[in-house]
Order: sequence, then C-alpha cells, then structure tokens
Amino acid sequence: MSDLAVPGKGQSKTLFINDPKVRSIGLQLIALVLVVLLGWMFVDNARENLAAQKIATGFGFLENTAGFGINQTLIPYSETSTYGRAFLVGLLNTILVAVVGVFLATIIGFMVGIGRLSKNFVVRLLSTAYVEVLRNLPPLFQILFWYLAVLSNLPGPRQSLSIFGEVFISNRGVMIPRPLFGEGSGIVLWAFGAAILAIVLINYWSKARQEETGQRLPMVKIGLGIIIVVPLIAMIATNFPISFERPEMKGFNFAGGIQVVPEFVALTVALATYTAAFIAENVRAGIQAVSHGQTEAAHSLGLRNGQTLRLVVIPQAMRVIIPPLTSQYLNLTKNSSLAVGIGYPDLVAVFAGTALNQTGQAIEIIAITMGVYLVLSIVTSVIMNIYNKRVALVER
Amino acid sequence: MSLTFDDGTYIRSEMETPLPPPVRNLGPIGWMRENLFSSILNTLLTFFGIGLFLLIVPPLVKFMLIDAVWTGENREACLGPEVGACWPFIGAKFGQLIYGFYPFDLRWRPNIVFALGAVLLVPLLVPSWPMKRLNSLLFFVVYPVVAFVLLTGGNIDASAFLLERFGLIRPLTGDVIVAGVNIAFWVDFLLTALLVAVVAGALIGLLGGNAISAGRTTLLAFAGFGAVVLIWDVDFGLTYVETRQWGGLLVTLVIAVTGIVASLPLGIALALGRRSTMPIVRLLSVIFIEFWRGVPLITVLFFATYMLPLFLPSGMNPDGLMRALVGVALFSAAYMAEVIRGGLQAISKGQYEGAMAMGLTWGQMMRLIILPQALTLVIPGIVNSFISLFKDTTLVLIVSIFDFLGQLRASFTDPNWASPVTLYTGFAFAGLVYFFFCFGMSRYSLFVERRLNTSHRH
Repeated sequence: MSDLAVPGKGQSKTLFINDPKVRSIGLQLIALVLVVLLGWMFVDNARENLAAQKIATGFGFLENTAGFGINQTLIPYSETSTYGRAFLVGLLNTILVAVVGVFLATIIGFMVGIGRLSKNFVVRLLSTAYVEVLRNLPPLFQILFWYLAVLSNLPGPRQSLSIFGEVFISNRGVMIPRPLFGEGSGIVLWAFGAAILAIVLINYWSKARQEETGQRLPMVKIGLGIIIVVPLIAMIATNFPISFERPEMKGFNFAGGIQVVPEFVALTVALATYTAAFIAENVRAGIQAVSHGQTEAAHSLGLRNGQTLRLVVIPQAMRVIIPPLTSQYLNLTKNSSLAVGIGYPDLVAVFAGTALNQTGQAIEIIAITMGVYLVLSIVTSVIMNIYNKRVALVER
Repeated sequence: MSLTFDDGTYIRSEMETPLPPPVRNLGPIGWMRENLFSSILNTLLTFFGIGLFLLIVPPLVKFMLIDAVWTGENREACLGPEVGACWPFIGAKFGQLIYGFYPFDLRWRPNIVFALGAVLLVPLLVPSWPMKRLNSLLFFVVYPVVAFVLLTGGNIDASAFLLERFGLIRPLTGDVIVAGVNIAFWVDFLLTALLVAVVAGALIGLLGGNAISAGRTTLLAFAGFGAVVLIWDVDFGLTYVETRQWGGLLVTLVIAVTGIVASLPLGIALALGRRSTMPIVRLLSVIFIEFWRGVPLITVLFFATYMLPLFLPSGMNPDGLMRALVGVALFSAAYMAEVIRGGLQAISKGQYEGAMAMGLTWGQMMRLIILPQALTLVIPGIVNSFISLFKDTTLVLIVSIFDFLGQLRASFTDPNWASPVTLYTGFAFAGLVYFFFCFGMSRYSLFVERRLNTSHRH
C-alpha cells in the first residue's frame, strides 16, 4: 500500500508484484520447481543407494521362484511358484477378507444402528454399549484379542465344538463341508443362475406393476420360492450331483472339508465388528435425518412399523448413509492390511512382508502394494458413487 | 351439582375432575409395558438382550474384580482353577508397558514430559480458560522442543549446514566445540541466514517490494529455526537415550502428539492448496491428499521404513522411530486436510468478500478472518482424527517399534508370568487404557460440538 504514496516509482513495477495473475503463476512455478527438484533428488539418491547395495531395479523379480509357503490360498500355489503368483494369492486373500468383512459389517451395522433408535430400552442400551466399546478400541488390538484370546483358547480338534455335526470350530480354525461337484452339476449351477435372473426380472416387472396399479407382490416369498424350487428340481432331475464332503476327525486333525484358518476368522470377525460400529453410527445419523413426519405419514397410511422402516424411512435414509458407508467400506479394505499382525497371508503380509524381505526390491514392491490399494479404493468408490447417483434425491 | 331445566336439559356448572391415567401406564410397570414389552417381538428382544447382558457383564465383573488376584510375586499366585484377573502381572510389567526399555534411573525424564504435557493440555481443553494463544504456542511449539531434549537427551550433533557442504567453513573455524555445540555449524548457519536474507531482500526490492521487511522476515524465520536447533544442540548434560529403548505408552503418546502437531500446519496448508484457484497448486494438493488417503497406514509405514532410506542421501539414516513419525505425519496430514477443508467450505462467501472489501491481503484474510472461524468449526473433526491417529499408532508394532500394544504382546512371552489368565488380564488392562483415552477424547469432542451448536444455531 505504501507504494501508492511513493511518487516516481515505476507503476509497472508495483503492478508486477501485485498483479494476482503474475503472482499466481510465479507461486505455481516455484511450487512445481520445488516438487520436481524433490522428486529428482529422491530418484537420484535412490539410484545411487541401489547401485551401492547392488540391487537391480525393475519388475523382473516377479518371474523368480518365491520359495516360501502360504497357508491359505484360493488359487493353486506352491513353494516353486513365482513372486507374481504369490502377489496374486495375497491380493485374492485381501479381496476375500474385504468382501466377507463388508458383507458382515453391513448386516451388523444396520442391525445395531436401528437398535440404537429402538423403543426397547434394553436393545438401545446394548447397541449403544456395542458402538462405544468397539469403536474406541484400536482395530489391531481387537484383531489380536480375537486371535490370541478367543480363537487360540478354543478346544483342540478332538474336543471341537460342532454345529449339527457339519461345521467344527476348534483352535485350528473353522471346518466347513466342501461341496463336491459330480456329473451334471453344471446343470444345477445353470439352474441356480437362471433362478437369480428370473428373480431380477420378476422384481423389475413387479416394480413396473406397482407403479401402474399400486399393488405389491410379496417379492420376498416369491424370491425365496424360486431360489429354492428351481435348483431343487434341477438337482432331482440330475440325480443329486452335488454332494458335501464332511470334515472328519482323522488322527490329530481333520481331513476333508474346507479349513478356514483361524487367522482369517479372527481378522474378518474383528474387522467386521469394528467397522460395524461405525456403520451403525452412519445408519443412525441417516435415519435421524429423515423427518419424523415421514414416519407419521406412513403410520397414518396404515403401514406397520417394519414396513415403515423398510419402505419409507430406510430408502430416504440411504441418501445420507451411502457416502459415509463408502468410506467405511474403504476403511475396512485398508484395515485388512492389519492381517500382517497375526500372519494371515494377505497382500501386505505376503508381498510387502515376506517377498520384500527376500528380494529387497523395496521400491517396486511398495509401489505395487500402494498402487493396488489405490485401485481398490477407486473401484469401490466408483461403484458406490454410481449407486449413490441412483438413490440420490432427484429435484425438480 | 348442575342446573336442571324444565325441559330436562342441564348445564354443568363446574369442570368434571379428570380421571387419573390408567394404572397400567404409570410408574415402573407402565414404563416397562411401554418400553420393554409393547409387542411380542419387543418382549423377545428384551429377553434376548437381558440374556446377552447376563452372559457378558457378570462374568466380566467376576473376572476383573471378585475372583481377581491382587498380590503375588510370580505366576504361582495366578495358577488355580477359579482364578480371575492376575493384577500382579500388570503391576510387574507396568514400567515396561509405560516406558518400554527406557533406562530405569532416567525415567524421571519421561515423567516430566508426561506431567508437562498434562499441565499444558488441560487448560487448552477448557474453553473458558484465558490465554489460549500463549497456551497453544507453549503446547504446539515449545513443548515438542522441550520434550525432544528431555526424551532423547538433546545434544544433537549439528555439524554442517549449507556452506560447509562446499567446504567453506571448517578452514575458517576449525573444530571448536563449546558446551557440545559445534561452532563451525553456527558460523555456517549465521552466514547462510545473512546470505539468504540479503538475496531475498534484493529480489523483493528488485521487484518493487519492501526489501528491508523481506530481509527481516527471512532473518526472523532463520532465528526461530536456529533457536530450536540451538536448544537441541546444547549439551545439558543429559544422557543420550536412543529411540530403540523407548517403548510402551511413551511411544504411543509420542507418535500421537507428533502426528497431531505436525499434521495440523501441514493439513492447513494442504486444505488451502486444495481450495486455491491456482490449478497447479490445487492439483499437487489433490494428488497428495488422495494418495495418502487411498493407501493403508501399514503400507505407509513400510514405505517409511524400507523406501525412505533409499530416497535420502546415503549418509542420512534416520532411526526407525523417526521414519515412522514421518510416515504418520504425512498420513494424518492428508486426513487433517480434508477435515479442515470441510471447515473452510462451511464459511460463507460473505466472510471472504468482507475481508477482501476491507483491503486485507490473502494472508491477512486467512489468518484473521477465515481460519479462526473454520478451525473452531471443525474442532470435533480434528479430535476425531486425533482419536483415529491414536488408535493407528498401534500399527508401528508391525515395523518393530514397541508401542503400548507391542510391549503388551512382548510381556505375554515372559515365562515367569505364564498362566492361563495372563493373556486375558493383559487384554483387559490394555483395553481399559485405550478405552480411557479414546472414549475420553470422543466425549470431549461431543462436549465441544454441543458448545458450538448453541452459538451457531440460527
């Protein structure tokens, strides 16, 4: 400002520094130069350090034999497989935990969230206690608790708890029956797929019909009927090709069936219950955001409590719930990396842990790992954003 | 009681006394009818809930208090069929859980740090307490510097600043060391500061700005930085304690406090960058924020542990805790930036326009008008990200830094205390500690939220 009072100074000079456009370009240039300089310094140092440690750069190591075992694999893997294969195994294990965890967390979260608004005092109290306790303890603490304190102290395989003699829970994890696909099981699977398709189509049609006539079909009953009856007919027609191999005690351990390792159980249960506490809060906030007049209007139309919740309140609450719900799904996926704390072979444990220690290819491995999580994050948020657009309020 | 007319009609002359409400809707029984047993489903839920409650709470109380062992020297005390929590185990491991392997006779130093932190933090949290500005200056600037000296012992080996790298200083001063301070470094620092100040002044002056003021600001910045380094550099006669010996709750708090202190200014800068009108600055901020938010903290810690040393010049090899601190600070800065961005977005446009109409520069507008309002608005959000930061500190145990949870895990392996209840006791204790911190913080954020709500309700 003082410049204005000084006569004789070139006006263009004053303008030059105070011109917002020039200044902004200058600032941005400085920022860019700093970032580029920093990046160049990093790259230069890295090249020097790598040369000093005689580490070859590049992704060629992915073709090398990994030479370590993994105790849970969704795809065939052995010690002679490559690092690339190990990466895939870890990635699939991460996705498995994320998908199962998200599924469980959503169910528990909605139940607890609705429970926090229940008229029933006991239910409300328990839901509140659940949320406050679970979200105020670190997730790694909870994972370790489930793994060390709960699952390790289950009885051994011989005394394992059994559910209907089909599922066995012991300190070796959970044993579930393995489906065996015999001759003609393809037809049953196709029938199953066809049943799902039919339900989707009928649902579509029933919605159109409701728009026109106002009448609703009992879609839950119809859906359940189709999904049970159609595959059953196919089963009978093909003489029951799908059978289940039950886990049996053989010597000191189980044979047959599918073994769900305790690490997976601990991780999934801990993450699902932890994330559910946050989802419950989002659900509660969402429901509270729906004006009470909506509930009253629904009641005065003669809808019962359950119907009001399902048909009037929740659909409107979803608009508020979905964006934070997306963040919770992302958090759960990212938190699945805590698996390394108990040795569940997820992406971080297998790849950024074991493979990194063996190869020393820190830059490549951490870049790939971070990249994978970035992609997972982006994919999840894109899918949820599409869904969000569909439920968002359409304003005239 | 009423007037009767000839035609049989009558008019009531006084109000009928109202009937009391039905007995079944009154008192505890009415409340239970209304709240617990209003329908079959509700009744079932009530019984299910009570069952769940009985299943969890009485055994927990029994374990933690009634059946608990309170005295004992080793595992013998905690063996037995009906034994509850083994509290002597916690007593024996308490020092380790709080300080890690910090030398026993030097534990007064962390104690001072803890006490000082509490003394400075409490008045900062009470809204009605005066002198917030001085208080936050003490907590966010002075306290970290003091804590660093107390915990490490200070006396860092500052030997070369900028000019010495070109071999310009040492020939002049030689290797004179006074009170643990290398004179060469300080001559170097002083000359560099003067040089930069002159260059900055000349540059600004050349562009038509105020050269003197630019030079003075540069010198002030150097002086501030120099003061911090000087305090770290002077030999107070404290024994050096390397960070590998730190552990327990000490490390948990160090990481959490460093995270918040570093992430606040960085987060503000990033949030301003993201809302800036300059496309390159905005893009850089967005990339930074989205990158750190898109990856899990563990990969950040792996990045800091394995990758950062590769990026730095070969001589520089910061120790494990320092690397983890850098990772945590960058990570939490990204989250902090989003919280603060929310606050910035909540400030109405009129505030910006008003500030501009007053003729304030951008810096003045932000410092005096926008940021004070925005930051107050998002205090609950800041506290929330502090809670998650506090919980996330547990992850450092994966890169072999023994924080509270790490020490707990290590203590389980002690054969002197191996008993069936040791594990549960440890988890119960750690759970209580974590719950105390996180729940306390969440209550505080609720309290602030309520306070703000009253003043901002329209």
